[in-house]
Amino acid sequence: MTGKQPFAVVVADHGVTVLRVCRAVVGGGDADDAWSETFLAALRAYPQLPDDANVEAWLVTIAHRKAIDITRAAARRAVPVADVPERPSAQRADGRDLDLPAALAALPRKQRAAVAYHYLAGLPYHDVAAVIGGSADAARRSAADGIAGLRKTYATAAGPEGEEQ
Amino acid sequence: MTTNEDRQAALLDALPAVTEAELRTLRERLAEAAGAGGILDVAYRTLDTPVGSLLLAATERGLVRVAYDSQGHEQVLAGLAAAISPRILQAPRRLDPAARELDEYFSGRRRAFDLELDLSLATGFRRVVLGCLPGIAYGRTASYGAVAAAAGSPRAVRAVGTACATNPLPVVVPCHRVVRADGSADRYLGGPAAKRLLLNLETA
Repeated sequence: MTGKQPFAVVVADHGVTVLRVCRAVVGGGDADDAWSETFLAALRAYPQLPDDANVEAWLVTIAHRKAIDITRAAARRAVPVADVPERPSAQRADGRDLDLPAALAALPRKQRAAVAYHYLAGLPYHDVAAVIGGSADAARRSAADGIAGLRKTYATAAGPEGEEQ
Repeated sequence: MTTNEDRQAALLDALPAVTEAELRTLRERLAEAAGAGGILDVAYRTLDTPVGSLLLAATERGLVRVAYDSQGHEQVLAGLAAAISPRILQAPRRLDPAARELDEYFSGRRRAFDLELDLSLATGFRRVVLGCLPGIAYGRTASYGAVAAAAGSPRAVRAVGTACATNPLPVVVPCHRVVRADGSADRYLGGPAAKRLLLNLETA
């Protein structure tokens, strides 16, 4: 007898968040594969997950590993010329700002992960650190640096500088 | 989160939204891959019928559960997670044969089901009783006492009632054909109205 919910409920409860995290961490093109591999691996391991586990943190941990796998595989596949991403929307008309997904993609990987896991998945920095390694303080700094980086490249009315459009 | 945190989280609101269509595609892909990988222990779907929405669930061995709306589909799935495995996904393909045969049954074109059944949710005498029920012909009824006798325990009339009330595969395993000795359609796990509808359908 287990107290676990049907896995379909896990997908319904966390599918959106995990997809947003995957998009942020591996980029739009590979996000669907990262999502699929994350939930397939999670389904496989689900019966062994302790009943009181934090399901969202567990899914983010799996997604993080899958993202590393996918990024490595993409790097192996990459041909130097094809390596330059073609992002028509990346450069906006004013020539300064990236759109938000492109701005995220331009962040160093650790900052991108810290921003995604804390701000998109809502994990406390203690849990973010458990996923990406290092201390909670280091995770907090990575997320702060990531947000600062986004503000630099992505103009937004939400910014403290009040860059209203 | 602090106010500052909220403002920083709001920065990310500009990310493209996840649409329902995108999620549906991903869920379908997951169900396919899980089935192909042998880690989909229970697949389910719902089917609209004249007796309401039926939940259909199958293991790799066969149809394991049919449930009426009134039984609470979410509760039934939670029960399957506990009794069989929590590896449960909505995956209509595995239920295609059951859905097709039930459609045929409800439109009067099918009198007997030819489906692989997984009776693992019924044990002991209850399972013996369920094994006797397909012996009651389409359009006919039998009393609880007659079924008890057929199951080899003529005095276990009450236990036959319990077996029918806990039938994990109603409609397909025809507990609706078991009635009181006076022939009246009484209690039924899907409600008396559903029982009358099924019996009327079969005598039409």
